[in-house]
This record gives sequence, structure tokens and C-alpha cells, in this order.
Amino acid sequence: MTATDRRLLGFFAGFLVVALVVAGGLSYLASPDPDGLDTVTLHGCETGEGEELSGTCIAQHATDSATAGSPLADYAIGGAEGSTGLAGVIGVLVCVAVAGVLFRLLRRRTTTGS
Amino acid sequence: MVAGRTSDVVVAMHMSDGLLDAPTVAVFWAVAVVGLAICAARARRELDERTAPMAGLVTAFVFAVQMINFPILPGASGHLLGGALVAVLVGPWVGALCVAVVLVVQALLFADGGLTTLGASIVNMALISTFVGYGVIVALRGLTRRSRGGLVAAAFLAGLVGTVAAALGFVVEYAIGGAAPVDLGTVLGLMVGLHALIGIGEGLITAATVGAVAAIRPDLVYALRGSAPVLELRTTGSTS
Repeated sequence: MTATDRRLLGFFAGFLVVALVVAGGLSYLASPDPDGLDTVTLHGCETGEGEELSGTCIAQHATDSATAGSPLADYAIGGAEGSTGLAGVIGVLVCVAVAGVLFRLLRRRTTTGS
Repeated sequence: MVAGRTSDVVVAMHMSDGLLDAPTVAVFWAVAVVGLAICAARARRELDERTAPMAGLVTAFVFAVQMINFPILPGASGHLLGGALVAVLVGPWVGALCVAVVLVVQALLFADGGLTTLGASIVNMALISTFVGYGVIVALRGLTRRSRGGLVAAAFLAGLVGTVAAALGFVVEYAIGGAAPVDLGTVLGLMVGLHALIGIGEGLITAATVGAVAAIRPDLVYALRGSAPVLELRTTGSTS
């Protein structure tokens, strides 16, 4: 391995560490308020006790995702409080794996095809 | 998020099932699939032994930063979409695939965003925000290539404009097949207003990330390709 390769690998490793720190640590500092889209879909409704929505708003039409029963649903491990960071770390690793395989496959077809 | 809010910090952030009617959902799934297929075809030509791992890491980085909702107004937050960021770092074709992977992982594993509305979310965040952001970078090419400061400024604007464009994508989808009888002008005004604020955050995150990568490895920044004074030793006859 050349020094250039090592420096490139070092950069990639650093990039991954930053993503892991953001998902695993910084995620605890995230604002719990609804995001822009949710703010719009909730416009016109009042959030009462629990999850009841009163009034008229787009969000009343929202239905549960088919994956709502996923062990990682809502960025928590099995719904456990305080597990956001670990869920985030898993998400980062899954993204690296899925995207890594996808881009490797796309690239391999290029080289063999030409 | 409304259907499945837990007591945990991070809330879900993408379009839920049920917000668009079935024909609209189908149309935007078709647009998403065709758009991503075109991106994959173009991405094949651009991926090499350096850009492929870079794209994988950029995907993970976008997932991570999307978890960080930042406050924009009392009671409202925003988060990175990532389109402009990926467009600058790995180009729009590969970049759209990066954001799409994030959205698919979020929908399948984290129940974030509905499966039926995933097509529309891909159109807004993977396609519209990425290509509009890239359009800004191309339009500001002179600025982008003048200095690192110019690149950072262009990245900020690309993030801002790309975010508002993605918000307009939702408004169009809602106008075509929204499930609730809510006034379209209200939806338009709120979406654009809130996403102009979120776009400032998007621009700042995009600018900071692009600035950092450009400082360390300018050769890995797609938007700087062909402009950096990188000396390369080529033997005659080598084409790639």
C-alpha cells in the first residue's frame, strides 16, 4: 500500500468516525420539536394528552407505517428510552454497507462492461 | 411521526402514509424509479475506486446529520435534507442515489416516513433537492472555482435553494393528491416559509462540511473536478 492509499484510507476512516459520533452522540442534542413538514401537517390541530389530535389538519390522515413494528422504529432499540445513539450508530453502519454494496456493484459493471 | 411518536429525543421526519391518495402515490413512485434508474446509469460512468467508497461514506454522513433536528422557531425544528451536500461532494447522479439509500433505510428500518409515500419523498429529497442544489453550483461555477471561500458560499446557497425547492415538491404533490381538505395557499406559505428558515441551517451545514472536505481533500470534491491544480502523471495512451 502506498502512502497515498494510506492517506485516502485515513480520510475515509475519519469521515466514518465523524458520522458515527454525530449519529451516536450529537443525536441526543436534537430538537424534539416537529420538523418543517410535520409543523405544516399539524397546522390547525392541537396536540392533546397522549396522541390525540383535535381540530382539522393534514396529519389526521397519517397512518402507521407498515414498518412501525420494526425493532428500530422511531430511532430507538425496541422503544427503549435513551437508545437513540445506538440506533443511530446501527443506521450509519447499515447505510455504509448498503451504499457500499450498491456503488461497488455499479462500479464493477462499468469496468467489466467496457 | 404523529402516529408513532415515542418519548425519545429524535422524532421521525418524513412524509407519513395516508397523506397522499393512491394514484398520486403511484405516479410519484414511478417518477422516483425512473429518476433513480437514470441516475444509476450515469453514476456507473463516474464511480471509480475512490468515488465509490466516498459515496458510501457520504450516504452514512447524510443519515447521521439528518438525525440532528435543529430549532428554527419556537415549537418547530428542521433537519438536513442533504441534496446540495451530496451534489457538491459526489455529483448529482451518484448523490441522488446516496440520499435515496438514506430514505429507504429510514423507511424500512426506522419506520421514518411511509412506504407508500417513499416515492414522493425520494422525488423531493433525493431528486429535487439534489439537482436544484447542483443547478445552483453550476450557475455559480465561476464563484465555486475561484477559491475555497467561493465554494463554501456557493454550497450555502445551493443548500438553501435546494431545501425550498424540495418543500415546493411536497406542495405540488399535495395539490395533486392531498388527502385532507386543507387550503393549498396555507400549505404553500407555511412550507416555503419554514423551509426558507430550515434552508439556512441546511446551507450552513452544507457549507461547513464542504469547506472541511475541500480543506483536507479537495481532490475528492466533485464540484472542483477539472479545476484544481492537481498535477497528474500520465503515460501516453492511458485514458482513465
